[in-house]
Amino acid sequence: MGAPTVSCHAVAPPRDESLGASYRTIAVVGPPNSGKTTLFNRLTKLRQKVGNFPGVTVEHHTGYVRDRDGKEVALIDLPGVYSLTPKSEDEKVAIDVLTGQMPGTPRPDAVILVLNSTNLHSHLVLAARVIALGIPTLVLLNMADELRKQGGQVDVLALARELGTPVALVSATTGEGVVAVQNFLSSATAGPEPLELPVVGSTRGYREWAVRVGTNANYRRPAAPIWTQRLDSIFLHRTWGPIVFAVVVIGVFQTIFAVGQPLSNLLQKFLDVTGAQLGNHLPAGMFQSLIVNGVWKGTGSVLVFLPQILLLFLVIGILEDSGYLSRAAVIADKTMSRAGLNGKSFIPLLSAYACAVPAIMATRTIENKRDRIATILIAPFMTCSARLPVYTMVIAAFLPDRPVLGVFLGTRALAMLGLYVLGFLMAVATARMLKSTVLKSKDAPFILEMPPYRWPTLSSLGLRLVDRGKAFLYRAGTVIMLVSLLLWAATNFPMHHGQPPAVQDSVVATVGHAIEPVIRPLGFDWKIGVGLITSMAAREVIISTLGTLHGVDAQSHATDLQAALRQELTPAGAVALLVFFAFAMQCMSTVAVVRRETNGWKWPILQFSYMTVAAYIAAFAAYNIVGHFVR
Amino acid sequence: MIFNFIFGRRKKQPPTGASALADLRVGESAILSDLELAPPVAEHLMNLGFVPGLEVQVLRSGPGGDPRVYRVDGTEVAMRRDLTRHIRIELIGAPAFGD
Ligand SMILES: Nc1nc2c(ncn2[C@@H]2O[C@H](COP(=O)(O)OP(=O)(O)OP(=O)(O)O)[C@@H](O)[C@H]2O)c(=O)[nH]1
Ligand SMILES: [Mg+2]
Repeated sequence: MGAPTVSCHAVAPPRDESLGASYRTIAVVGPPNSGKTTLFNRLTKLRQKVGNFPGVTVEHHTGYVRDRDGKEVALIDLPGVYSLTPKSEDEKVAIDVLTGQMPGTPRPDAVILVLNSTNLHSHLVLAARVIALGIPTLVLLNMADELRKQGGQVDVLALARELGTPVALVSATTGEGVVAVQNFLSSATAGPEPLELPVVGSTRGYREWAVRVGTNANYRRPAAPIWTQRLDSIFLHRTWGPIVFAVVVIGVFQTIFAVGQPLSNLLQKFLDVTGAQLGNHLPAGMFQSLIVNGVWKGTGSVLVFLPQILLLFLVIGILEDSGYLSRAAVIADKTMSRAGLNGKSFIPLLSAYACAVPAIMATRTIENKRDRIATILIAPFMTCSARLPVYTMVIAAFLPDRPVLGVFLGTRALAMLGLYVLGFLMAVATARMLKSTVLKSKDAPFILEMPPYRWPTLSSLGLRLVDRGKAFLYRAGTVIMLVSLLLWAATNFPMHHGQPPAVQDSVVATVGHAIEPVIRPLGFDWKIGVGLITSMAAREVIISTLGTLHGVDAQSHATDLQAALRQELTPAGAVALLVFFAFAMQCMSTVAVVRRETNGWKWPILQFSYMTVAAYIAAFAAYNIVGHFVR
Repeated sequence: MIFNFIFGRRKKQPPTGASALADLRVGESAILSDLELAPPVAEHLMNLGFVPGLEVQVLRSGPGGDPRVYRVDGTEVAMRRDLTRHIRIELIGAPAFGD
């Protein structure tokens, strides 16, 4: 290897290992982005979210490891902290758990402190504070691979002597040195060791101490990673930065149509064929109708969007794992500042492109309370993955695909891009309105750490896709199937002489017709109305609803969903539907998480009303304006 | 009009002296001397490594010149000028400013 790094793995100052006792609860503590969750996942075999930017973990998660005697030890993964004085909600969670003030979580009797070995001096400041708590601590210097590659070094034994705790140089991704944790588990002593770190007072004092300790431990800081410099000189370039950003975004949408659509069509064919086969094997009658029209058609109409969803998550995964997200936040800071927020809010907003629920939780990293509320309130305007199938289907039904910029951009991708931009502009406008009135506050400082770029590994991306795919299938198999079933039942009610009614005489139609007057001005008929109601369960359900309604309707039975949709809606009505979906908050999980994160009903109710009214007005305007030009 | 409503107007920056981090140009380095910021903000910056006495370098500026990315002892941090204007520095052989 040649690099002058201390290669020894798990070294500790001599400890009394005769006591067989083991720790029961161990907290994984450390600065943000130091690899705590990566280590936690490796030890517990769980799959909590990892990403290359500070603030990925915002909740505490518990997992279990076995010590050498086979006894279970609880490991608690925590959000990253810069110090022991919380300045944001996620830090408060970590510190509350660490100090035993989190209800429902036992006070940890040991700590695994995960530091980034390429940045030891700042991180030793945190180490001093944590060790001073008097809880038995194992210090892990993580990212040993990067330290070595960039020519850094540290003497682990010397550092262990300086700190009075066991220290090991590890790599959470490769597993190098992680056996140190096993040694630590079996080395529990009766009580905390008396530790006397000669540090007191100010952060500056701590820092001077840290440099001294680093010197005594022969610490040599590695060179700045050269690829990070090279990439940043493009990604953060005055002109190239934003251009690259735009090309990436356009590329994503084009891929979703150019690659996703054909795959999706294949899947559709497959489901059609299997559905027909299934029908042949079942005796004709109610049961056959239930399975084929209720379950298969309804659920299948959503399932076919799996390729698009996976492509979207692949892109989000690359953004999050590579470290580009923090750069995007820097680029977006200008725009966000005009909305009264700062670049920090952009990170949760970007993850809202996947789903608003984790995005709203991710706002915990925003220090300023009012900025945080504003970000929570605008997050559902970002186009989440549940809207993607709805957009894709309506666009594909009404807009022929023609090249706009050669193979790089077609009309459909452009329309999709337009809807994403529409949501974003609405978010920014709403934030501006909030931040200049009810949520006014002094400009919160924008301070954001830039992690080095890292290669997204195939396995981490693969696992993400598997997890997302599973979640999507689960959703299709539960919520969406359930709604399809209920809907099917409702279309067969009330029976006449043992025969199901025609769709237009069923309970569903009665309900749909009841709300028709309200949605008529938007160009929607009763079937769309029923879809709007069922989409409260999950946005995509509108597709399965229309699928089921058309499946059981003798007249449209044979046509595919897109053709049926063209009979249902005028082009103006289609635009209105898209706009409605862009703005409306049809998602009960989002309402619930907003209530939890804001500790009350005030904000979620306000948000829901605002978004619904905005969606209605905008859809009304769209229907009338577009209807004026297109007939 | 709508554009202005959504994005607002940019504010002009007041001129400053020559002894703040904001005055450095990209590529230049200096020694941090004082953080004239609200205590929690200063504390946070120190935890990130912005401790008086250490050398700081302006790594690059984002599109539009703000925020910029700074490096202290291996940590890279993006900050806006509204903060770096209040971070005092001493020059180390950098081109003279102001006087
Ligand atoms: N090269 C290298 N990368 C690592 C190592 N450990 C973690 N990483 C990467 O560092 C990044 C951060 O990892 P996480 O496990 O999410 O870090 P964390 O400490 O949980 O971060 P927060 O939850 O934000 O506080 C990810 O991109 C990991 O792949 C390591 O040993 N070597
Ligand atoms: Mg984490």
